[in-house]
Amino acid sequence: MIRPHRTHPLWFAYMLHRLSGLGLALFLPVHLYVLAMALTRPASLDRFLAFADNPIVKLAEFGLVFLLAVHLFGGLRLLALEFLPWSGRQKSAAAAALAGAFLVSGSFLLRAV
Amino acid sequence: MYFHNPLKNDRCAVSEEDILEVSVWRGTGDTGEYETFQVPARESQTVLDVVTWIQQQIDPSLSYRYACRVGMCGSCAMMVNGEPRWTCRTHVKKVTRDGALQIGPLRNLPTIKDLAADMDPFFDKWIAAGGVHTPSRSRAEPIAEVSPEDPGRVEANKGIECINCSVCYAACDTVANTPDYLGPAALQRAWTLYNDSKVEDRQAVLDAVSKNNGCHNCHTQGSCTQYCPNELDPLSAIAGLKRASAKSFLFKSKEDRQ
Amino acid sequence: MNLGLYMAQRLSAMVMVPLVFGHLGVMIYAIQGGLTTAEILERTMGSLWWFLFYGCFVVAVSIHSAIGMRVIVHEVLKLRGLALELVMWAFGISILFLGARAVMAVTML
Repeated sequence: MIRPHRTHPLWFAYMLHRLSGLGLALFLPVHLYVLAMALTRPASLDRFLAFADNPIVKLAEFGLVFLLAVHLFGGLRLLALEFLPWSGRQKSAAAAALAGAFLVSGSFLLRAV
Repeated sequence: MYFHNPLKNDRCAVSEEDILEVSVWRGTGDTGEYETFQVPARESQTVLDVVTWIQQQIDPSLSYRYACRVGMCGSCAMMVNGEPRWTCRTHVKKVTRDGALQIGPLRNLPTIKDLAADMDPFFDKWIAAGGVHTPSRSRAEPIAEVSPEDPGRVEANKGIECINCSVCYAACDTVANTPDYLGPAALQRAWTLYNDSKVEDRQAVLDAVSKNNGCHNCHTQGSCTQYCPNELDPLSAIAGLKRASAKSFLFKSKEDRQ
Repeated sequence: MNLGLYMAQRLSAMVMVPLVFGHLGVMIYAIQGGLTTAEILERTMGSLWWFLFYGCFVVAVSIHSAIGMRVIVHEVLKLRGLALELVMWAFGISILFLGARAVMAVTML
């Protein structure tokens, strides 16, 4: 259960940024390892890419792009809050970050299917 | 059901729906549990009124802290239904859930007994954040004139109405996760000093909040600003400290900083 | 987290802002009609620009993710002191190594 003092937009924006960052950091080693197969075992990479064509993997990929987009826009929001003169419009910035992330990852999904 | 009414000094009838179910934290130090009391509901009543009623009518051994009762002194903050509140100015009707109240000692601080939290760590951090005013002039010199329109003064003014109630400190998850973290109140105090032209060494204030326990731990969760009963904005103050320290990191050489 | 770590975290983030936009664009473009090894290599092999683009990306992301992991490990697992430093450096160096290998694999032979 989410404790009462956490039920406000900025706290959710924080949690989204943390979880997306953690997800990306854990995915990164796998991603880089698979890419390096291009050098060591091109056939394995192709087999992997063929496997990545099935819909469940597509959905997982959408998830990763979503994480990246969420983290990017959430990060832009933080940089703006910390380094630009304070505007006081934090809540709309958080909402805009989420909307932008959906837009980018949504277009990825549309292209992918 | 009959309850003693301290205002009328006689017994008055109270119907079933006029009863508040109030569970109050009882215990010393780390151990304790919630104890439930039934308190008559009033048309106009603060959470502090409820606690006081329990202490005066049911259990005189209930420990809690308050002084002014009008939102000036900052001593009566408690957790009310999981949220930090200044109890003297929190109306019961605004915070009850299904006629129930849960009242506990402030989060992120050690508990002395019942509802009284140990405020020492809170004030120690106030000092650690450079919260002591070090004047730039002695009393023999004329008073420095500060224009109310001066941008630094305007910025400092936003934070000086802090009453040290520790509501922001109790609301902050970063304090909960990193117990050494100075916390929103102390950092906001540092931000007001950094913007005060009468402070002798303002870089020293920045240095004090740039250590491992300082402002850079803040994750912009914003619970401090969300809960500040005086509607101050510690979140922006901390962002200001981050900005100022980043500037001093990028544009000043090591020699300047020493 | 002190000022030095904070600056490294924020500066690496700023470096990555255009790179991530670029990377998102490449992904949306590249997945059209499926992905093959040959297609990836055709695009990237022998290109100094892709080498620099993804080279910068790998350096920035190893700094950024290592500091991020440090914060999470400290706050969630309560690790501190030398153990915390070791986790951060081990994670960052691993990402840097894996990333350098991947960038070299797709840009040079």
